[in-house]
Amino acid sequence: MPVLTNIEELKKLQDKARAEKADREENKTTIILGMGTCGIAAGANDVAAEIHSELKKHKIDAEVVSVGCIGMCHNEPLIDIQQPGLPRVTYTKVKPKMVGKIIEKHLVQGEYNKRWIYGQLPTGNGKVIEGIPAYDELPFYNKQVRIALKNCGIIDPESIEDYLASGGYGGLSKVLFEMDQIDVIEELKDSGLRGRGGAGFLTGMKWEFCMRAKGYPKYIICNADEGDPGAFMDRSVLEGDPHALLEGMIIAGYAIGALEGYIYCRAEYPLAIERLKIAIEQACELGLLGDNILGSGYSFNLKIKEGAGAFVCGEETALIASIEGKRGEPRPRPPYPAVSGLWGKPTNVNNVKSFAITSQIMVHGAEWFNSIGTKKSTGTAVFALTGKIEHTGLVEVPMGITLREIVYDIGGGIPDKMKFKAVQTGGPLGGCLPEEALDTPVDFDSLTEAGATMGSGGMIVVDQETCMVEFARYFLTFASAESCGKCVPCRIGGQRLLEVLTRITNGEGKSEDLDEIELISEGMREGSLCALGQLTPGPVISSLRFFKEEYEAHVNENFCAAGVCAGMFTYEIDPVLCVGCGLCVKPCPEDAITGEKKIPHVINQAQCIQCGACYDVCNLGAVLVKRKHELDMVEPA
Amino acid sequence: MGKVKFTIDGKEIQAETGVTILQAARQEKIFIPILCDHPSLPPEGACRICLVEIEGQQALQPACTYPISEGMEVSTNTPRIRAARKFNLELLISDHPLDCMTCEAAGDCLLQDLAYEYDVTEDRYEGTKHHYSVNDPNPFIQVDRNKCILCRRCVRACSEINGVEAISVFYRGFSAYIGFGADSSMDDSPCEFCGSCVEVCPTGALWPKNSLGKGRLWQTETIQTTCPYCGVGCQINLQVKDNQIVKVDSAWEGPSNHGWTCVKGRFGYDFVHHPDRLDTPRVRKYLLDGKRKPGAKKRKPEVEGDPWQWVEVDWETALGITADKMRQIRNDYGPESMGFLTSAKCLNEENYLMNKLARQVIGTNSIDHCARL
Repeated sequence: MPVLTNIEELKKLQDKARAEKADREENKTTIILGMGTCGIAAGANDVAAEIHSELKKHKIDAEVVSVGCIGMCHNEPLIDIQQPGLPRVTYTKVKPKMVGKIIEKHLVQGEYNKRWIYGQLPTGNGKVIEGIPAYDELPFYNKQVRIALKNCGIIDPESIEDYLASGGYGGLSKVLFEMDQIDVIEELKDSGLRGRGGAGFLTGMKWEFCMRAKGYPKYIICNADEGDPGAFMDRSVLEGDPHALLEGMIIAGYAIGALEGYIYCRAEYPLAIERLKIAIEQACELGLLGDNILGSGYSFNLKIKEGAGAFVCGEETALIASIEGKRGEPRPRPPYPAVSGLWGKPTNVNNVKSFAITSQIMVHGAEWFNSIGTKKSTGTAVFALTGKIEHTGLVEVPMGITLREIVYDIGGGIPDKMKFKAVQTGGPLGGCLPEEALDTPVDFDSLTEAGATMGSGGMIVVDQETCMVEFARYFLTFASAESCGKCVPCRIGGQRLLEVLTRITNGEGKSEDLDEIELISEGMREGSLCALGQLTPGPVISSLRFFKEEYEAHVNENFCAAGVCAGMFTYEIDPVLCVGCGLCVKPCPEDAITGEKKIPHVINQAQCIQCGACYDVCNLGAVLVKRKHELDMVEPA
Repeated sequence: MGKVKFTIDGKEIQAETGVTILQAARQEKIFIPILCDHPSLPPEGACRICLVEIEGQQALQPACTYPISEGMEVSTNTPRIRAARKFNLELLISDHPLDCMTCEAAGDCLLQDLAYEYDVTEDRYEGTKHHYSVNDPNPFIQVDRNKCILCRRCVRACSEINGVEAISVFYRGFSAYIGFGADSSMDDSPCEFCGSCVEVCPTGALWPKNSLGKGRLWQTETIQTTCPYCGVGCQINLQVKDNQIVKVDSAWEGPSNHGWTCVKGRFGYDFVHHPDRLDTPRVRKYLLDGKRKPGAKKRKPEVEGDPWQWVEVDWETALGITADKMRQIRNDYGPESMGFLTSAKCLNEENYLMNKLARQVIGTNSIDHCARL
């Protein structure tokens, strides 16, 4: 493709891409495959192979397109079939052996197998198929507002034409030809966009500091070192819509006066890196990246730096050290990177989502953005919904929505008739909130006030089978192992806090340990160098605040009510609930369960190893978690 | 650079723009405790002992990295700060041996001083402690990682003072430790044994092997002297106990070396008290007797009156004999028969005099210097 040398050429190319897309939608059959890492992990590659062979078998002329993740992890692998002039019809949980039937019925016979169909996504012409729910009507989607994830799962991430057809690089051209640096920053400040990496600092303000800082050259860095366990918001954007990130970064570069940018992406995201490389190459080919972008006189180059897997490198100063080839460790601020960052030069670091949203703000304007969300937290928040929840996946919701709406309306509530216990937001450095806090509006300030944090978007739901002490200990194990070891409170404090929690979950806790937790947590928060150390006690402190009785039961009664901490509970069969079906007898590895058919069974406590096999298998909930000492009293012999 | 006015603990202070709170406090002789900072090294911000309160700032800030600004009000010793410092010290002590009574660094240890000041008497956590073996096989420096507090002074001294970068931090979190080269022993790394790391170590983690068990700081007398090895004139501080040199420390104010030493100046002092060391001139007996050199067969070392025997004499005698012999050689064989070799241990002035002796007194141009070898 020829290099674009002015804005008209870009507009022409966008129109051409749009026309081609419309033409394809009207005249061609397309099969769209969810090929994010999540889809591939769920078996999308096998499904793809099957699709190709089935198409060959039926001699169907159809285009097979791979897209990123649309957010429905609980329904992967996904395929969409879009017939000429009709909307996209989504099939969920597709197994290779289902492919033949789907293609035969849908494409050969022209019927819809509604049992496997999830919903329909209208295309350009807006037509709908009767009898199939539209995405907008489905509970998982109807409360979502997709800005950062706008194109994820919709467009082909490896095709710049698809991105252009969706209006891509429109924000960039507007910025380059209609706005100066101050305009861009003012627009961003007016939008109220706060950094989506977690700290929630006003992005426009951050850009202004960097723009006004003395020093040359200046750098733009995208922080794509997403390391929270169970969080994949950034990965999804990188894999599903890489050009949105590039566009945002070029806009930032223009606003700040930077000529060079780095994308710091963790090496554990190979697909994201591959797609970024493709996107950068495509943008360079078209002259949307590189020297003299669109003939505007502005030049910007991008490099990808692969991180080696240290969680702490998500901290901006550690990230900068890592790019410089040093050990990935934070350094005290000030000086802030806006003044002295990469190679000691003014540097602006933003999260993937912040950049992706920026290009949208430039297209639609600040007012559009700040009309969404709340007054102090404008726009949308992206969450990776995981844990004990019906609809795991990636959701983008307007700020101000309540946790309850996310968990129950979008997330579909807790599976297996279990009871909600807590939701952890903000990843391993965040905090957990109990049921009483479910009506908290989701925004930066309300979540912090409630005792958790917004973080970069991890949201883990747990049910009654989760021990909150063990849950906190899990995050603490992660955070203390990921401490860089530079400052004392984090290096040794994290270890000591972990030791206290391990002691409690091992049944060796003392009642003074609860004070000890508070003391160490306070010391770490007060003294640590960076946010990792300051926030490491977060999950512990919040769970101690909201689930103190669980901690007390552990240390005072040696009892883990959730039935998780080994040796701190026993299983007992409720003679009233048990119908003597015998389902629990076989899975017991110790043959500890005995009883006649149709007569309540009994667990021999001397043999029981608390593996939980009977608990898991009982349909009636007749296997109960009991305090150990109660039984000791029952069986003095 | 302009000046900035601000206060530390209510005292009004003026300092250069751009300096840190700690630097300004040092100029004013206001003590802010710290473990990881050293005046000769760039700040690190790692130990979190120097935390101070700044009016209007929610979080405590490290004095070692925080730049001063106009009107800033700094407090260095509030209950909140003392609590934070004590917490950090207790953590450090919880992974540190409690063996001050036998530790070489006792009395010369910042951690010990701070534990004393903040009343940290025991390991209140009783958690996991590291037990590293103390077995680095190098000839000069004992590496005891159990005593290391990971302040990284040694890391910075190695890269910033000596420019060798032999020391770095390995692994992360609680498992982090100081290592050498590619995580091997010190002598298997680029280390030149300049000893700067030993000098800046605030605890007993790095200690000269030939000073072990020889006495501690309060038992020794510090004597500043010039290193005898070469003509640079490095200043060193000898720690002397019972008239014996037990350790060499840096003299940071030395104008030609600013505290830096090489391996010889730092560790090569064992010759001083060596029994084989000659401390008076000696001449062969036959020379003293004014006789000709006897045949080797006449050597009878065990017999009294052996002409080859070394006899201790005063300098005048020894130099007189040397001068006579030199004159004799010049007269008999001519000045070109002689050559002179001077030493890098000599000062410029001494080398100049040697040059005069060779060219003008003896009359030969055959003079050279060991540094050319």
